Amino acid sequence: MKRKWYDYLWILSLAYLILGFFNILFAWLGLLCFFLPLAISISRGNKGYCNRYCGRGQLFGLLGGRFGLSRKRDIPGWMKSSAFRYGFLTFFFAMFFLMLWNTYLVFAGASGLKQVVTLLWTFKLPWHWAYHGTLLHPGVAQFAFGFYSVMLTSTVLGLFTMVLYKPRSWCVYCPMGTMTQLICKAKERSAASRGKNEKAPL
Amino acid sequence: MQKKNRVFRRAVVDGSHCVACGCCVKVCPLGAIEIYRGVRAAVNAERCVGCGRCAVECPASVIEIREAAE
Repeated sequence: MKRKWYDYLWILSLAYLILGFFNILFAWLGLLCFFLPLAISISRGNKGYCNRYCGRGQLFGLLGGRFGLSRKRDIPGWMKSSAFRYGFLTFFFAMFFLMLWNTYLVFAGASGLKQVVTLLWTFKLPWHWAYHGTLLHPGVAQFAFGFYSVMLTSTVLGLFTMVLYKPRSWCVYCPMGTMTQLICKAKERSAASRGKNEKAPL
Repeated sequence: MQKKNRVFRRAVVDGSHCVACGCCVKVCPLGAIEIYRGVRAAVNAERCVGCGRCAVECPASVIEIREAAE
């Protein structure tokens, strides 16, 4: 099949992870991975981001598929259950808001900048080499450290399930994917109730 | 004379567990599967030949190849 420009977005995802090792402020770019999927699902009512543009999914597909770093087994039933997917989404958001709170504390001057990347919400990795000061408030850097922690943690989780199960098993419990699907479901339901629904395929 | 009881193979999606990631769409050689409104994958039964590439790719393993007599 002919490749399109968006089939190469995995390069950006990889570059994002690497850039975070050199300058943590690049972590701000990761907000695109948060707002684009939401914007697409809200405005167009589809999962165009997951389906086409998600560089992380492509990266897992490439590593697990072409590079053969995946056992390609079926994901366990509980991991694709709604309970786990919504539970993980909730947990992920709770951690995200905790990170935002810590950022707020730095902005408010109540706590100092912590130059660490927290992996799997537990392990604090020293990351001071990626911070060279900023003209802006230290809170800006605190958010970058926090956000990069979120991105690195989810990548590590994704790599872990990529090896154990199918290459893109992260997509099954990806919080953004769950959230955009919820939005799409809500939009589909409201379209159906307005009677604008075309005949739904199987 | 037409053959009777010919068995066709087709992909069948368990829509309740589909995460609509679109991995199946990317691998389908015939463009026989699409993501319906970001909710679930939907197979175009007229195009699908049941090759099974989507079933192999599906990260949630919700696609099954079933035989359907036609």
